[in-house]
Amino acid sequence: MIDIRAKYGDVGGKSLHKISRKDKENDLLIEVEELSGQNLYGCYQCGTCSAGCPFAEEMDLSPDTVIRYLILGKDEVLESKTIWLCASCFTCAERCPRDLSLTKIMEALRVVLLRKSKDHTDVGTCKDAMGIESGIPQMALVSVFRKNTG
Amino acid sequence: MGEKKKDEQGIKPGTITIYIMGKGVNVPSGLTIMSAIEYAGFKFVRSCGCRAGFCGACATVYRKENEHKLQFTLACQTLAEEGMYLVQLPFVPAMKALYDLENLEISGNIILQNYPEIARCVSCNTCTKSCPQEIEVMKYIQAALRGDIARCAQLSFDCIQCGLCAMRCPADIKHYHVAQLARRLYAKFITLKNEQLQIRNKDMLGGKFDAEMSRYEKMPRKELTELYKEREIEKGESI
Amino acid sequence: MTISYYPGCTMKTSATNYERSALAVAKTLGIKIVELEDWNCCGVVATLASDDLMHQLAPIRNLMQVQTKGGNKVLVLCDMCYNTLKQSEDFVQKNPDKLETINAFMDTEKPYKAGVKIIHFLEYLRDEYKFENIKKKVVKKLKSLKVVPYYGCMLLRPKVCAIDDPEEPTVLKGLMESLGAEVVDNPFKIECCGSYNTVEHKEIIAKRIYRIVKMARDSGGELIVLSCPLCRFNLDERSKLAQEIYPDFVPLPVMYYTQFMALALGLDPEVLGLEKHYVDPRPLLMKKGFLSPKEMKSGFRADR
Repeated sequence: MIDIRAKYGDVGGKSLHKISRKDKENDLLIEVEELSGQNLYGCYQCGTCSAGCPFAEEMDLSPDTVIRYLILGKDEVLESKTIWLCASCFTCAERCPRDLSLTKIMEALRVVLLRKSKDHTDVGTCKDAMGIESGIPQMALVSVFRKNTG
Repeated sequence: MGEKKKDEQGIKPGTITIYIMGKGVNVPSGLTIMSAIEYAGFKFVRSCGCRAGFCGACATVYRKENEHKLQFTLACQTLAEEGMYLVQLPFVPAMKALYDLENLEISGNIILQNYPEIARCVSCNTCTKSCPQEIEVMKYIQAALRGDIARCAQLSFDCIQCGLCAMRCPADIKHYHVAQLARRLYAKFITLKNEQLQIRNKDMLGGKFDAEMSRYEKMPRKELTELYKEREIEKGESI
Repeated sequence: MTISYYPGCTMKTSATNYERSALAVAKTLGIKIVELEDWNCCGVVATLASDDLMHQLAPIRNLMQVQTKGGNKVLVLCDMCYNTLKQSEDFVQKNPDKLETINAFMDTEKPYKAGVKIIHFLEYLRDEYKFENIKKKVVKKLKSLKVVPYYGCMLLRPKVCAIDDPEEPTVLKGLMESLGAEVVDNPFKIECCGSYNTVEHKEIIAKRIYRIVKMARDSGGELIVLSCPLCRFNLDERSKLAQEIYPDFVPLPVMYYTQFMALALGLDPEVLGLEKHYVDPRPLLMKKGFLSPKEMKSGFRADR
């Protein structure tokens, strides 16, 4: 192990290209970390979550890309379809080798939007759906409102 | 109705200070909130109805001085107390589902179909706490969500549609409209039909009384009055 | 000994056949079940935001009921209700300060002290009643029925809720084998059916079930056995849409494990409530000798 400081002098943190929380002001990342209780920097982009995700094909951003976007401060992640297609099935959370709960991260992103009153589901649309499909079980409707409306 | 909210210490003579929309006024003690506001010089053109605790027009939100809790009642049913901060709620703009009771397709989920927002209930119980009639509002919404129309109708029986529950609900549920649908369904489809009423209806619609009625319509007033005086009264009918 | 039972909203409407068959089976096995006196919607799906207490109120209120009137232990039939209650219980156990806030908010009810035992019926049958005891009571072995277990998500994930190995569960296999059925393995047995996306994205559900059911059929299965009412709705009712989108899709009949148990224990077929299913399992059951023609009542899906 080379002692960098002894060999090159005090090189400081920034020139070593280390991405750390203190470098950027990433409000969205901090909020997501607080809401989800997960350390997003733990992700090493192995892609296991996206491989197991039942809806990865329909998503515009794959689940592992969502984490990457958050770390890089790309707030357009909030406009993706991905976070609303998540069914909270926990397959990603169970398989993550770094023991990250991506389910909680997706929930945090939804919560950030819902708390700004940006609902994803309209009661009216559900009403139309109910009219045709009176057999939809309550649990489906309650779940939709839990995850998609504020 | 509203008896629990009366001042348990009894009415003290003298004047009290109440605050109507923030402005303090002195009124005699012993008046209801509604009378006290009128005493102070206000004229109710909204938020006033039967003055008997039955119509739900005078929904009132108040807070007692030095307390932080908001309380809810009907202005005509509660005595004004010292230090009450009052405001009336004349109208609640809650959306009502449009349905034709004659042509409804009944299923277990009928209430959910008309008011899907009841699935948003988080069971916070704020509605029950806002009810001036002490109805278990959350319980009847849960019953409606479960398709238990009878229970919803029975629990919501005392509802006077003041709208305080709907105003406080974080999930935007219109409890009193939901309950009204439940009661209508209960009455139309679940309760037993009164047999004598069915027979009577059939007779009337079949024209059994048409001839007699048209006779009375054409009769001069004097003759009609005589006939009325001579009408048959069954013994034991008078109270 | 009586055990409290939490039904959940769907058991009382779309899944009455699940409840009816489960209660009949429990009675035959000698398990005394009593429905919780007062309960509300469990508030599915479990809320995952760390500071969200509002959406914990619904499950905690139910657990409060179990604690005060239910003997501190509750049996649950619906997978999603089970998962939601269990995650809430875990949340308040790990966050006693948040439990205090929840109790303070629900000031008209008794405070909740964490510690209620929440147990799914499958778990109960495997761990407390034991499969070999069920085998002893089997009257009509389900021989020649090739069943494919389907677990979905809620009984296996997250870890705190798992009643079995999340990658290779065997509880349904164990149960069905004790009933005498031939169990066919299905590589897609733990794939999510799509859950609540069935309300707004039914085409995605159709795609999911096309894959899951096709795999089950290709593996040699004739009937799917499952435990979740929403999975049943997706795999059963949405097969209509799947047939429209994928012309080569052939649906498989779907049944709850309690309906299979009712058949094997020799109960009245009325109790199964098979007429509530979209893909009719009865012709197959009749062909295999488990239902007689007179037991196939007319008026299919009459009590919708």
